[in-house]
Amino acid sequence: MAENPQAPAQATRPLSPHLTIYRWPVTMMTSITHRATGMALTVGALILAWWLVAISNGLDGGYQTFMALAASPLGMLVLFGATWSLAYHFFNGIRHLAWDLGYGFDKKLAERNSVIIFALSFLSALIIFAIVWTGHGGYLQ
Amino acid sequence: MKSLQTPLHRVKGLGSSHSGTGHFWRERITAAALVPLSLWFGYVAIGLSGTTTSAPLQFFAQPVNAILMASFVVISLYHAALGVQVVIDDYIHSPGMKIFLFLMVRLFVIATGSACLIALLRISVF
Repeated sequence: MAENPQAPAQATRPLSPHLTIYRWPVTMMTSITHRATGMALTVGALILAWWLVAISNGLDGGYQTFMALAASPLGMLVLFGATWSLAYHFFNGIRHLAWDLGYGFDKKLAERNSVIIFALSFLSALIIFAIVWTGHGGYLQ
Repeated sequence: MKSLQTPLHRVKGLGSSHSGTGHFWRERITAAALVPLSLWFGYVAIGLSGTTTSAPLQFFAQPVNAILMASFVVISLYHAALGVQVVIDDYIHSPGMKIFLFLMVRLFVIATGSACLIALLRISVF
């Protein structure tokens, strides 16, 4: 049987390019990171709930366990991730609000701001950890 | 030809999307509210780091602090549910799975939020 001349040429049809095709501009990185940090912070809300519940259990009610886990290497890694995620989502969120008002769409400016937001978020997380590590936290007791 | 839409459906003017700009707007309103609340939360989290139990107990026993923390919890979880909904909308295409995941996200934020609020009530009221 001869080939059907009306067979759809599905295999050769061009497809819309996706993440794996594009060269990654920094603005694409910030967009994806905003979404990823948002998802991470949603899961991270469990840490906040755990912290508050541990406090509410009163003296010897699990708060010391929470604090000991938070000070363990894995705990500090998780908390650093949460701190950086919150800092990043905070700074890039402000940029999103500015975009919604119509500011900051210039290509060069958006690229420059993307680099600033990455740098600022890491710097903030590092400064917060430095404050806590050097014992300058805990001023609310 | 006479439209098959009900008069209510037509007057709402939302078509097959079922919703308008409400979701977008709520995401922005909660984001704006979270700008000062997140700064306050950071101040509190650092301020209570490395303390014994009595420090956070006394801190959240103050009504102002309990109310601010409750606001941060509720608004951030609401914002989270709205945000995760967009991610599900983007990547899940089967309507049944989409609705199931929406319900799971809401269950998660309501359960997590309730735990936080009950904890704050236990500290500040009882």
